Amino acid sequence: MTESDNHFVADHIQDLKPSGIRRFFDLASQMDNVISLGVGEPDFVTPWNVIEASYHSLEQGYTAYTANAGLFELREAVSNFLATEYHVSYRAEDQLLITVGASQAIDVAFRAILNPGEEVIVIEPSFVSYIPAIELAGGKPVVVEAEETFEFKVQKEQIEAAITPNTKAILLCSPNNPTGASLDEQDLRAIAGVVKEHDLVVVSDEIYADLLYDDVYTSFASIDGMIDRTILISGFSKSFAMTGWRLGYAAGPASIIKAMTKIHQYTIMCAPTMAQYGALEALKNGRVKVQEMKNSYRQRRNYVVKALNDMGLTCHLPGGAFYVFPSIKATGMTSEAFAEALLEDQRVAVVPGNVFGASGEGYIRCSYAASMKQLAEAMKRMREFMKKMNLVDES
Amino acid sequence: MEAKEIELLQLLESNGRLSDETIASMIELDKEEVTAMIERLENECSILGYSTLINWAKVLNEEVVTAMIEVKVTPTRGKGFDQVAERIYRFEEVKALYLMSGGYDLSLTIEGNTMMEISRFVSDKLSTLDSVVSTVTHFVLKKYKHDGVIFEDQQDTDKRMVVSP
Repeated sequence: MTESDNHFVADHIQDLKPSGIRRFFDLASQMDNVISLGVGEPDFVTPWNVIEASYHSLEQGYTAYTANAGLFELREAVSNFLATEYHVSYRAEDQLLITVGASQAIDVAFRAILNPGEEVIVIEPSFVSYIPAIELAGGKPVVVEAEETFEFKVQKEQIEAAITPNTKAILLCSPNNPTGASLDEQDLRAIAGVVKEHDLVVVSDEIYADLLYDDVYTSFASIDGMIDRTILISGFSKSFAMTGWRLGYAAGPASIIKAMTKIHQYTIMCAPTMAQYGALEALKNGRVKVQEMKNSYRQRRNYVVKALNDMGLTCHLPGGAFYVFPSIKATGMTSEAFAEALLEDQRVAVVPGNVFGASGEGYIRCSYAASMKQLAEAMKRMREFMKKMNLVDES
Repeated sequence: MEAKEIELLQLLESNGRLSDETIASMIELDKEEVTAMIERLENECSILGYSTLINWAKVLNEEVVTAMIEVKVTPTRGKGFDQVAERIYRFEEVKALYLMSGGYDLSLTIEGNTMMEISRFVSDKLSTLDSVVSTVTHFVLKKYKHDGVIFEDQQDTDKRMVVSP
């Protein structure tokens, strides 16, 4: 057997496409002096009180498994948090599951609800894990393309057009990675109508909910009648700057959470205990810090959106998350060619939009989770790049 | 005070070198509005100055000695602590002065080039004031954090992968 001989690897895994981000990562990490706007995580370190609480739990010897669904105190804290912040009510006893990041919650959710061949509507451009997660669960992803004309908000009619007798679920992510698009209450109500009419379930990835800048956040689960049809997924990674802790959660109807917990108990047992104690502290005393980080992201968003539009990379003001998704169509280049040339020429890393689905072609994702100093330098270099291509005149 | 003014002050407090133009785009105002706002805040003395936090320990041949002094004083009739406080804060060596609750009355931070300089200030200037009852001087051995900034921060490097989903 040789290194490249993969006859032991299952066919459907061989067929699974590797993420396009990987290639770009390899390119960028070989170069020096790169300013990266390609990072999908906060630039803050986890708040100190959270780190300290986790230390303390280790010092006290809390190093054993927790309940499969997670520490009861943590589930209670999540339940309170969801009730106060998003007006959705979930019982700590049987409607919440603490997971290894929101990513695991997404994986388990699809495995829990999908029969082979059942369809899930996915709105692209989207986070890179959704389609593989659905495929690995035996489901069939059906892509709906959100359009820039509607600021990348999916339209109810588009969802309706994609529904077949096999449709089981819709996957929503708002605020969205990579576009920053955020669905308001009215948008969600329109989708809820379709969901009800066709008896669907919604997997709602609300990981960026705390990072919505100009409006009050509405959870899909808070729309009339939707709490019984929604698996609300969120976590601590983005708002509390805890990506490496790998801690998320799913909230939903008891029957679905029970099914998810069953998979979770056999495959993971429980989320890491020290991370759970850190998360408990984050919910108890970390809200002020989240507000501070959010303000800082909002200011940086405003700065970057203005700078990009000024240099001819047009983009709307995204409602949330920490990404802008400017169009590069004026350059006549593909997303990949643009991103590669920008990296080669100016040492600025952005992620080509097509990585997030075919409809992301013609765009790039720029993360503004970087210091103002880095952002200012990146904007300077990108402007230089656009000037070289004669796309911006310095007047 | 309106929200934008507070936002502007917080930005300047953390980085006094931000240009008006950058601030303007961060808080969604025009550059001219920001310039006018800063001028107004300066005139109202809400903004008192722009200083730079320097780690003098890193600068060759520049040694700065810092001490914190606890001072017990007798307040003056009709003026309370303000009169003696003014006598003290007018000295240029005094970098900060606070009226405290607890075991002593005034807390002052003083900077000098040598320990000698500081002890001379305490014995010649401070202790000889009529209202001053007693002083306790604490010399600073090392600065870890000042005005919210950690000196020699190990955490300051970006530990994230260069590209991630």
